[in-house]
Amino acid sequence: MISGTSGVSVEFDRETVLRDVDFTVPAGSVVAVVGGDGAGKSTLLRCLVGRILPSAGEVRHPDRRLIGYMSTRSGTWRQLTVGENIDFVGGAFSMSRSDLDRRRTDLLERAKLTDAVDRLAGDLSGGMRQKLGFVLAMLHDPELLVLDEPSTGVDPVSRVELWRLIAEAAAAGTAVAMATSYLDEAERAHNVTVLDGGRVIAAGTRDEVMVSFPGCITAPDRAMEPAASWRRGSRLREWNGEETSIAATGARPLRLDELDFEDVVIASLLHDRSSASDDQESISP
Amino acid sequence: MTSPLDRPLLAAEHVSRRFGELIAVDDVSLDVRPGEIVGLLGANGAGKTTLIRMLLGLLRASEGIASMFGTTPSRETRRRLGYVSQGLGLYRDLTVAENVAFHSAAFGADPTAVRLSDELAVMGDRLVGSIGLGRQRQLAFACALGNRPDLLVLDEPTSGVDPLARARLWDAIREHVGRGAGVLVTTHYMEEAQQCDRLVLMAAGRVAAAGTVDQIVAGRRVVQVTAAAWSDAFAVLSDAGYDMTLAGRRIRVLTTDQEPVQRLLSAGHVSAELRVVPAVLDEAMVAVSAV
Repeated sequence: MISGTSGVSVEFDRETVLRDVDFTVPAGSVVAVVGGDGAGKSTLLRCLVGRILPSAGEVRHPDRRLIGYMSTRSGTWRQLTVGENIDFVGGAFSMSRSDLDRRRTDLLERAKLTDAVDRLAGDLSGGMRQKLGFVLAMLHDPELLVLDEPSTGVDPVSRVELWRLIAEAAAAGTAVAMATSYLDEAERAHNVTVLDGGRVIAAGTRDEVMVSFPGCITAPDRAMEPAASWRRGSRLREWNGEETSIAATGARPLRLDELDFEDVVIASLLHDRSSASDDQESISP
Repeated sequence: MTSPLDRPLLAAEHVSRRFGELIAVDDVSLDVRPGEIVGLLGANGAGKTTLIRMLLGLLRASEGIASMFGTTPSRETRRRLGYVSQGLGLYRDLTVAENVAFHSAAFGADPTAVRLSDELAVMGDRLVGSIGLGRQRQLAFACALGNRPDLLVLDEPTSGVDPLARARLWDAIREHVGRGAGVLVTTHYMEEAQQCDRLVLMAAGRVAAAGTVDQIVAGRRVVQVTAAAWSDAFAVLSDAGYDMTLAGRRIRVLTTDQEPVQRLLSAGHVSAELRVVPAVLDEAMVAVSAV
């Protein structure tokens, strides 16, 4: 069985926060969910681990005991030491003493937390605490590991260590799903799902997403359509819904190697939002 | 003689700060001039926060000079400063309109000068705690820009917002810079760093690198490993203790020496194609921080 969702929708207080979402997390790979606050990332991950029941659609996941879940607040107990955190979670999963000791030694070493075992979790730096959260989620050797914004507030050096832990888990066969609000992080994953307003607006490998955006992107000196343009440092980019619309301006569509993942996702967002407002116009009397 | 336009808005000249035995900031020089966005990057503990506290006049330098608008930082100079912290500094129990009024009063500014987007303007009566984080971030920006500050200090200004909202926030920052303000951005994220005109990277209290993104990354390399069995390759290299990042099914090993990487993979019977490729900014930063 491959963990994931098919056609999943979720409503809170009659407001739709996820709409018809397909999402799969194959074993041995890292899948990223990316979007801003309120895009539905946490809701999707919580659905995936069975903490929220969808109002429609199907969710596939292994037995609860085979799921590791790390919430946005890292799921550590600040008043307990690193070692006590591990004992507590090991107890909750009824792990045998020998299994627990083996996993503790191995994971602490991989996370470079061995020397911090007697420190209070509340005294750790943000990066160390997130790594502890990861260790706790991985302690019982889950089949499905779900990490909600594991790298938020983590500095780049600790982030590389955290990514190494995540990739190691996938390399050992675990199915890993993680949320992030940063595209430069999401594009490192094997597969990316971009959410906006509870809907999937792009999905696939980085390379698949790069070639699938509609219309074209130009680099004008001055924005023709401010609502469809954005800056990359001192340079300007503009999205054109149809390639023909730029013929008159003489602007050249940028090649794929001149664009990056962020450009393409912004173009997809612009397309998605413009077609959403077209729909609204067409149904209004 | 330098014209007023070239005079730094914010400057650290050989600034150091000791806490007992610990040297948190060690001989750092940095400036922010009108019309530019400077990014300050560094791992936790690199000294960024201590440096900023000195630049804002909240902490005295042990050595060197920190100045704002060419003078010692004070309440008066801070009036010309707009600051957006990561926590945003809004009152969640007050409404949007009340936050604007409070912020304006604190800065002795005209509350009508705070320009809210249409989306925010209709939310005047809503409690800030009840509006989305993206909207809260827009509000914090609108407040900070309301008194037309000459200097903006922003801490991870666009974290948690979608890519389009992020682009709009950078538009607002650039527009402000176009009017002659200077901006200091602290961030952990490369997407934000790439929006800056130049960067200062701190490590262990010192400036480890400075310049544009291209200058900082120039000449730095990593070894890219492409293997059909990426997980086998990863396991082998991970056991050997290499720092690595993923890039889809490829592995980027933070080393410039491909020989030992090739040897390890061959010994582990993993067939892979190796290439030495240019590093990206966060990889360069890890390399700089490790020194």
